[in-house]
Amino acid sequence: MSAVQEALPAVRGSRDATVRRFALTDSIFHGMTRAAAILVLVLLGGVAISLVAGSWQALSTFGFSFLTSESWNPVTEKFGALAPIYGTIITSAIAILIAVPLGIGIAIFLTELCPRPLRRPIGMAVELLAGIPSIIYGIWGLFVLAPFLQTTVQPFIISVFHGIPGLNGLFAGPPYGIGLLTSAMILAIMILPFITSITKDVFDTVPSVLKESAYGIGCTTWEVTRRVVIPYTRIGIMGGVMLALGRALGETMAVTFVIGNAHRISTSLFAPATTISATIANEFTEAVGDLYTSSLVALGLILFVITFLILAIARYMLMRIDARTGA
Amino acid sequence: MSTAASLHQSRKRKNGVMMTLCVVAAGIGLAWLALILGALLYKGLAGVSLSVFTEMTPPPGDAGGLLNAIYGSIVMTIIGIIVGTPIGVLAGTYMAEYGRFSKLTTVVRFINDILLSAPSIIIGLFVYELMVRPMGHFSAIAGAVALAILVIPVVVRTTEDMLNLVPNALREAGTAIGAPRWVVIRSVAYRAALSGIVTGILLAIARISGETAPLLFTALNNQFWSSNLNAPMASLPVTIFQFALSPYEEWQQLAWTGALIITLTVLALSIFARSLTGRREDK
Repeated sequence: MSAVQEALPAVRGSRDATVRRFALTDSIFHGMTRAAAILVLVLLGGVAISLVAGSWQALSTFGFSFLTSESWNPVTEKFGALAPIYGTIITSAIAILIAVPLGIGIAIFLTELCPRPLRRPIGMAVELLAGIPSIIYGIWGLFVLAPFLQTTVQPFIISVFHGIPGLNGLFAGPPYGIGLLTSAMILAIMILPFITSITKDVFDTVPSVLKESAYGIGCTTWEVTRRVVIPYTRIGIMGGVMLALGRALGETMAVTFVIGNAHRISTSLFAPATTISATIANEFTEAVGDLYTSSLVALGLILFVITFLILAIARYMLMRIDARTGA
Repeated sequence: MSTAASLHQSRKRKNGVMMTLCVVAAGIGLAWLALILGALLYKGLAGVSLSVFTEMTPPPGDAGGLLNAIYGSIVMTIIGIIVGTPIGVLAGTYMAEYGRFSKLTTVVRFINDILLSAPSIIIGLFVYELMVRPMGHFSAIAGAVALAILVIPVVVRTTEDMLNLVPNALREAGTAIGAPRWVVIRSVAYRAALSGIVTGILLAIARISGETAPLLFTALNNQFWSSNLNAPMASLPVTIFQFALSPYEEWQQLAWTGALIITLTVLALSIFARSLTGRREDK
């Protein structure tokens, strides 16, 4: 009895020391994880700051005209971003126009029509294809798609639309193979898996009761999809499309191969053009002079701002649909 | 009666047309992707030989291999993973464990999702401004840092998701026997979420092993064998880019073969990663 009482302070002392040690190691670990989380914020902040700092010279030299000038002349050091911005937006817009109907169609096929045993393999194949590096799409576009378009599709379209005012400007020759339309097609095939898998995921969130009640009053599959599934998942689909748009706008390698890198704005979709990311990829290591480099970084800043806004909106939309399914 | 019947007919027709279009869309999409993979296999396999893995990248118009490019890709990928993974796992741990309900977590999650899909060429510009310009030359280490920055958001995302799946009862059981929080995290939560976290790391490897844009002006390229981390280093994607756009047939063939190697690596990694989590879900 007395021996135990004598031993107690010693036990308590070592217990206190252990608790203190635990508290110390715990707060160290807590601090480390917190620092890592903050580092993620610092990274994005660092990207923004370094782009602004790097593009400062170009922006202060050209001012607002950097955004509105079409000239891109390394010899006279006159730089304007209009042609790359135009190319970026046009290629991404056409890519979205091609990929969204295809992607939604595939998602409807996978959720409503596909035989059950095939759903998982096809769904998985689509997701795997989303992971294929963009340079693969680029090399295919350059060696397979561009020659095919140049020799067969483009001459045909040019001859068909030759005499039609308006459209003959849109599809004017000569057929280079590479250019705006080819880039847009490559982008479309690249973002197709993204759109498909996100659309399929949000389609799966529709409660079966909703669909079954629509079928119960005699709706056809198309009517259920059009009137129930798509309205219910509208925000999610929009979020997925915006996410894909963000990808398309910033996509570099696939486009660099097939855009032709020409700094001019042409109404013809067959004409070589350039995008922001393709310009940076093609010219950055060859850029001589601080102003040239700085102008390229300024292009990067413009791309960063555009994609940041698009991605932020996309994430906001997807978060809203997450909150709804969680509730 | 007849109007009702014709309405029924037209609705059925419309349904048939739209559903056919969906099947056609699926057909087009799958055929298009099959065409790409088919061309890749056909053109890539034509150039596969032992010399691809044993010889250096050749000068224009000469035969050779991709050894230095493959080596460079592996070295920079490994460094990128070693640097990026701990940061990603720790940040994900904060978001799922210590700071699950804090405001910081919400902000970090949002920013991380944006970093996840930010254009990789922007990361290249960032590392150029951060490392290449102050150092005065291109280097493999700058390339590895650019890859590490791409690794972080992938790992953060999967770590947080996987730790959130760990049942709280497990954590409470650990806490109830007196284990401090970080011991619970290390010995209970990490162990329960291990396969998911490994999946995230594998997916990150798959992502960076094909990245070209961030390496273009960080690691640059190198015609020769180099293991110096402070000098430009070749990598498979950048070599493919350079060779594919060249007019030399030997270079173009090597580019196709390199593209095939990258694609097979990425597909193998993704399938392996998915099989790890797939088993978990089946349970």
